[in-house]
Formats: sequence, structure tokens, C-alpha cells
Amino acid sequence: MKVLLGLWIVAMIFLHHDLWNWTSRELVFGILPIGLAYQAFYAVLAMVTMALLVKFAWPAHLEEDIPEHPINQQEGGH
Amino acid sequence: MIPLIVIFIYLLVIAYIGSVAYKQSKNSTEDFFLAGRTIGSFVFFLSLFATNMTAFAILGSSGAAYKQGIGIFGMMAASSAFVIPFTIFFIGTRLWALGKKFGHMTQVQYFRDRWECSGIGTAIFVLSVIMLVPYLIISIKGGGIVLEEISIAKGTTNPLIPFWLGCLIVAVVVTVNVFFGGMRGVVWVNVFQTILFLLFGAVAVIVISNNLPGGLSATINQMVTDTRTGSLLSRERMPAELFGSYFLIPLSSIMFPHMAIMCLSARKMSAFKQTVIAYPIAIMAIWLPCVFLGVVGAQLIPGVQNSDTILLKLLSEYAPVWLAGLLGAGIISAVMGSDCHQVLALSTMFTKDIYEYYGGEKSKSVPFARVFIIVLTIIAYLIALVSPTSIFELAVQFAFSGFAALAPVMVAALFWRRSTKWGALASTLYVAFWLLFSGYLTNISDAIAPKPPTRAAAQVRPAGQLGAPSGINPDSVTSPMASGKPAAPKKPITSVTIPGYGGMFQRTATTVTFYGYRLVVPMVVGSAILMLLVSMLTPPPSRETVEKYFPHRA
Repeated sequence: MKVLLGLWIVAMIFLHHDLWNWTSRELVFGILPIGLAYQAFYAVLAMVTMALLVKFAWPAHLEEDIPEHPINQQEGGH
Repeated sequence: MIPLIVIFIYLLVIAYIGSVAYKQSKNSTEDFFLAGRTIGSFVFFLSLFATNMTAFAILGSSGAAYKQGIGIFGMMAASSAFVIPFTIFFIGTRLWALGKKFGHMTQVQYFRDRWECSGIGTAIFVLSVIMLVPYLIISIKGGGIVLEEISIAKGTTNPLIPFWLGCLIVAVVVTVNVFFGGMRGVVWVNVFQTILFLLFGAVAVIVISNNLPGGLSATINQMVTDTRTGSLLSRERMPAELFGSYFLIPLSSIMFPHMAIMCLSARKMSAFKQTVIAYPIAIMAIWLPCVFLGVVGAQLIPGVQNSDTILLKLLSEYAPVWLAGLLGAGIISAVMGSDCHQVLALSTMFTKDIYEYYGGEKSKSVPFARVFIIVLTIIAYLIALVSPTSIFELAVQFAFSGFAALAPVMVAALFWRRSTKWGALASTLYVAFWLLFSGYLTNISDAIAPKPPTRAAAQVRPAGQLGAPSGINPDSVTSPMASGKPAAPKKPITSVTIPGYGGMFQRTATTVTFYGYRLVVPMVVGSAILMLLVSMLTPPPSRETVEKYFPHRA
């Protein structure tokens, strides 16, 4: 799954560069320029990507490594 | 007057929230700087988002769209919507875990411990402060400009709140909030602020659309065939190299000290889950309406000299007065949310990385931090008043590239056991060199920079004749729009090669590029290569330190 996610992340980098919309003035739903609509859709895809990362690649071990009472915790001043 | 009353009510609310936070605070550095690492998921998301949003997200984005069109959204917002949560996911969570485990409160504390270094940590500290301070100054100036603009009554030119007073109000409110409330005060205020400016865009679009004859749809459809403003609906004006290379800029986000420090304040790592998922949509909620309105503004109100005020002009033209005030409060929220975090971060860094590290009494750390906050904002305020904005705009522009180029240092520290302090030093010096070199190149090429259209040209444009906004940024101009004459398009000069460097550097109206790409490209790539090569050639930290940060898991 992590390999697929890696490939998807690389794909996201390329998907950002929508050269095919570069000079188009077409309107989506009669109001949103297609270049703007595409990039808004890209932001939604980014959200989906983050949800997939959280679901399948969450670094849970980081939290497990923390002792209940961290030994090096600084006291700070009072 | 009504917008001002609304804004002052808003400022009173901010002060009240800060005072409640003060009553709950404990007098320890961890509580003052990190709210005791107790921030819950919902507050964490709203506050982290506020940390990273400035007035640029509202005013700058619409102003840039007014000049360059819809491409601004893809270039700056959509790239950030992916890269920023991505870095929070991979870097922010790890910083949080290490901070929780070992008590770090700043990035430099972590670097010093991770690589067993002292002076190199100080070098990174100095570079970070140099890059962050201009950002703080420009934020205060931004607040002053907004209050000045909002306080101009309809039909007059004199503001009720002059620039100096606007800056003072912002500086005082920020200082009071941070001084008394510390991180707790800042994040509580952020909740209120973020909700306000998240709602800003949608409300502005709805209200303006309702008050436009035919609505926004009619205006946009009119633009499609308009020879002067139609190109704003596409990226005809935007070179693909600049668009693409901007993708690296959001790497800077997690390297900004106020963002990294904010990551340390979460109570649990699960707070990051909702944050990274919601972040892209929150960016879209702010930027999409603002960019859209900026483009529409070019059609409705042509010839605006300072395009960053286009949204304010649209509001004063097409929104009820009281609502304009409320929306103005939303803009001020964006300014102050980030401002507070910058002041707090600088105070945290000076207290932890310098004062305590070099022997200051820990019992006096919080008083030291509070005095520092006052001194810092007074200095920043005075500089904001006397210095030209352009210098700091340039410095901030460089700072984004600089922090992005420090990202390989952080990635190496977190993920590469073999990385060394010498690699970190090489990257840091390389970034410092590029910052100086960028300034030098900009300075020597000022004389040959392609000029933006003149003010006079915009002023002589006949009423009702739609033309490109003045002050257009030839960074991305591929068709002439600002002559004021309905002449046939001709290709203008958008960049000039800087002589003496083999064609490597080009100068546009506002910046220097590297073979057409932003300077962030050679900076990030070079920094990563140096980190790799120098680390491989120099001895790693002791086995104990490496084991401490990369423990073997069963």
C-alpha cells in the first residue's frame, strides 16, 4: 500500500502542472474558469491524499516511543 | 465610521480572550511558549492554520489575481494545499514526538542535540532570525495599511486612522496578547480569528454577487470575449517555469520557526490527523474566492494603482457598510494571527537558544521573554514606520526561498542517521550565500529591469474603457494590457538577461530568475546536495546520540 501511496504522491506533483488548461478560457458551470476549477479540484485531491496517508501511513510508532513521563523534559523557569 | 466601530469591537474581543487565557496560565516556559503542550485537535488545526496565513492570503492573493489572473491560485494556493500538509504529516509529527520526548521547544534545540553541535546551531538560529524579522515588520505594515484603507470614508481621501496609528494599534494588540497570554492566549484568539477569515471569502463572494447587476456570472461571461481582461481567465500571462518552480516554495512553511514551534504544542499526535486532512480545504476556502474576486475586480474596477486594495474597494462598492467592517475584521485577523506567532516564536528562540543556552537563569526565562516581546515589537514598529515597504517585500520574498532551502537540513536530521553537523553547516552557509547573492543580483539589475506600466498611463485611461490593471507584473506578462489604448496586442519584453553570468540569470520587473526558474530551485537542490556530500565526508555524531534519535524497535 505504501508503494502505491508513493506513486500517487509522485503523480500529484505532475498533476499540479495542468499544461493542457494553460490558455483555455472555458467556464465550468458557467462561472468558474477551467484553470481555476481544475486547481480547486487539485486541492480536493490533496485532501484525499492526506486522508489516505493518515489511514495507511500514519507513523503510530512515534507516539509509542514516548515514555509516559519523558525523562529529558525541561522544567523551564518559574 | 461603522467599519471602524466593528473592528474596534473585534479588537476588544481579542483583548478579552487574551485576558482569560492569562488567568489560566502557569509561570513556566513550557506553559508560556507551548501552552504546556496541551492544545487539542480542533484548536490545534485552527491555530496552525492561522500561524501560516497572513494578509497576503486575502489582500495579496486578490491583488496578484487582479494583475496576473487565475493562475495565482494554482501557483500559490493549490501547491500549498498539497505541500504544506504533506510536510506537516512527515516533519511536523516527528518534531512533535521528539519535542515531547526530549523537551525541545525550538528547532535549534533539536539540531544542537541531534548533531552534538553548539556554534552550528547558533548559525542556524542567526539565519532563521534574519529571515523571520522582515516578515514580522511587513505584517505590522500590512495591518497599518488595512486599517488606513478601511478608515477612509466614502467620498473622502483622508483616513480616520493614519498609517502610523494603524501600525501602532496592530503592534499594541499583538504585544498585549502575546505578553499576557503566551501561546495559550495566542491560540485561543486564533480560534476566533481563523473562523472569521475562513468565512470571509464565501461571505464576500455571496454579498458582492448579490449586489452586482446580473451577478458574478454575467461579469465573468463578459470577460471571456473581452480583449483586455479575458486573458486573466487563463494562464496566458504566466510562464510555466515560474508556475512550476513555485511548487518548492511551500517547503518553507514547516521551516518557519513559528510553524515548527506551533507543531510542538499539540497534546496528542492525533491532532495532526484532522489538521492535515482539513488544511487543503481551508486553503481553498480562503484563496479561491479571493482570487476569483481579484479577477472580477479587474473587470469591474480597472486601473487600480495598488492592486492589493482591490478587495477592499469591491467591498466598499458592493457590500453594506457594516458588513465591510466585519470583513475588514476578518482581514485584520489574518494579519494578527500570524503576527502573534512570529513575535512569540522569536521570543521563544531568543529565550531558549540564546538566553538559557548561554547561561541565563532559567527562573528568569519568562520575565526575560516578556521584556523581549515588548522590545521586539517596539523596534519592529519603528522600523515599519521609517523603512520603505519594498525592502521588506524583497526580504520576505528571499526568506521564503531561504526557509525552503533549509528543508533538506531538517529532512536529513529526521530521516538520515548518517547526517552530520558539517553537512548542516554547509547547507546553512550555502543558503546564506544565496540570500546575499540574490540581493546583489537584484540590486545590480535594477537599472535594466523591464519597467511596469506607468502610473500616468493608467490615469489617462478613458472612463469605462476596460484595460489591464496598472502596476502589472511583467513577471508574467505576455500581452500588453496597460497602455490605456485599445491597441492590438504586441509582445512586450518580460525579462532581460543579466550580463556577466553566461545567460544564467534573468531579471524580470520584480525578481531575478535562474534560466527562467525561481531562485528557490538552485537553492533547494544545492542545499540538498551539500547536505548529502558533506555529511558523507565528515564523521557522524556519537553512537549514543544516533541511538537516541533512531532507537531500534522490536
